[in-house]
Amino acid sequence: MSISIIRDNCTGCKLCIPACPYNAIEIINYKAMLKDTCTGCRACIDACGFDAIAAEEVLAAKEDISQYKGVWVFAEQQDGQLAPVAMELLGKGRKLADTLNQRLAAVLMGEDVTGLTDQLFALGADKVYLAEHPILRHYRTEAYAITASDLIKKEKPAIVLYGATHTGRDLAPRISRRLKTGLTADCTGLDIDPETGLLLQTRPAFGGSIMATIICPHHRPQMATVRPGVFPKPVIEEGRKGEIVPVPVKVKERDIRTVVLEVVKEAKKSVNLEEASIILAGGRGLGNPEKFRLLEDLASLLGGEVAASRAAVEAGWAAPERQVGQTGKTVRPKLYIACGISGAIQHRAGMQGAELIVAINKDENAPIFSVANYGIVADLNEVLPILREELALLNSNDGLQAVS
Amino acid sequence: MRYVVCIKQVPDTTEVKIDPKTGTLIRDGVPSIINPEDKNALELALVLRERYGGKIIVLTMGPPQADDALKEALAMGADEAVLLSDRDFAGADTLATSTALGLAIEKMNGYDLILCGRQAIDGDTAQVGPQLAEFLNIPQVSYVADIELNGNKALVKQISEDGYELIQTSLPLLVTVPKGVNQHRYPSMPGIFSAYREKKTLLWSATDLRADLQAVGLKGSPTQVLRIFTPAPTGKGEMLQGQPKEMVRSLVDSLKTKKVI
Repeated sequence: MSISIIRDNCTGCKLCIPACPYNAIEIINYKAMLKDTCTGCRACIDACGFDAIAAEEVLAAKEDISQYKGVWVFAEQQDGQLAPVAMELLGKGRKLADTLNQRLAAVLMGEDVTGLTDQLFALGADKVYLAEHPILRHYRTEAYAITASDLIKKEKPAIVLYGATHTGRDLAPRISRRLKTGLTADCTGLDIDPETGLLLQTRPAFGGSIMATIICPHHRPQMATVRPGVFPKPVIEEGRKGEIVPVPVKVKERDIRTVVLEVVKEAKKSVNLEEASIILAGGRGLGNPEKFRLLEDLASLLGGEVAASRAAVEAGWAAPERQVGQTGKTVRPKLYIACGISGAIQHRAGMQGAELIVAINKDENAPIFSVANYGIVADLNEVLPILREELALLNSNDGLQAVS
Repeated sequence: MRYVVCIKQVPDTTEVKIDPKTGTLIRDGVPSIINPEDKNALELALVLRERYGGKIIVLTMGPPQADDALKEALAMGADEAVLLSDRDFAGADTLATSTALGLAIEKMNGYDLILCGRQAIDGDTAQVGPQLAEFLNIPQVSYVADIELNGNKALVKQISEDGYELIQTSLPLLVTVPKGVNQHRYPSMPGIFSAYREKKTLLWSATDLRADLQAVGLKGSPTQVLRIFTPAPTGKGEMLQGQPKEMVRSLVDSLKTKKVI
């Protein structure tokens, strides 16, 4: 998409300038001009009140893309265990395939992984492309990229989705280059445009402070990596059947230039906030570093992780890798409990994608309450011990139920 | 040994503020910086040059002012710099960017090791490195902390989610470097003088690269941004009432009903 200014309509009113996220418009001689930093994002078009900005298509279809059909999910597995994000993608993929009235397929690669096919059918796949070979035992970029690309070229799916994991983000760009098609990174929203049938791929940019919807109109397949934990896992339909399509693996060891010599597992040293389903976050309102111990205690009761606002990290109360927000991590847990965090926009940018937000703060005007599903205005010194008691009670009740 | 370090000039997002009324980014006066993880990649190249000798070329694509980023890299110790700047490169997505960078690297007088930051803070895609490796048809290793070079072989330490892996591979090779694996150095005073007085930046256009104009910039980009918007706030929810104990009980009940705990 290329943007052009219709000079006759432009009044030099500057409305478009603040609408541009790339600072790519300037007014010269009372007319808007585009700078080199323009990415063709179209954000300015709606801002213009005078129909003076237009987008024109610059790409024409190079091949018949109508023959591309079906939705595929890369069924990432390690040591015979399906990655959770692969299950989430099958759930979402099922919906996309139903909307398009097309089939959903999973691509399963590895050694001795046939046992996973029933699970993939139960999760919604109509078809499993099964590439089994000793050469695919460990994930290696080239072996996986060559096998998957050859299969895509042959079968021509319309959409291919990958988890935005270490593996997915290493593999998918390599495949996109081999196929010369587009790839959108780390999506948090996927839909089908009802008019065009195109995949609408929505992702955060600038640390989550803005969202962008990306399309891939003239190249196939449309490919995206998808952030883990965003989509729910589908309901498992035991006994659901599908078709297994064996995939010939033609890659030879000499085609692959990397060898894994040693795999070293270390004790968990870094926190993985991005994948935590429950997060308890503390801010300067906690008052002192000892209160973070209390949060840790609560987190272990809930099976969650502890995070912190920038203010708390700068005060030295929490480690930098626990910081959530624009300059820290972007998280999307099922539950985010903000304790003593005022909720500046930079913090909210990192956590407002959480499914359920609880805010506890003694200042009833704190901006955090504007994004909270549940708000408690009270002193944390009172609330946290009560919360701990209630959660401990809940856990012991669950325990009793399990015994009886 | 010839090292190519790919860098990107990005707005310092720690300085980006959001207009509370319109929800749009305020970019006025926001400084441009070298993408932080690209500095980790440059630092690894500088360490390797100290260990094994060789020459470091920094490469970037961007508007003419991206030269500032190259000057800073030269001042940190890189030997040469190449700027790809051309109206025809503008509006590139990751695929079109990797095409232009790939053509530039092929134009260079040979290369052994390409180092990229893991991802850029403005887009967070982490795609250009792997796409560039595929363009050049060379192996890639992402999340690299250190490399041991021995002739045509490289032993690479790759950070994994729960430890690390040692990977044996061959040169030429592309690696991506994440933050935290090293502390980058700062430009020295003599470094700054030589960056501005002695070292030169080469400026290459699409014509210099003999690029197919349908394969670079906006025209070479399969993906297009349909729209940009500010995420809608979740909306003000329920303010719980009563004594702290009542509020906490009501909260725990609600969370339990919604099956989040």
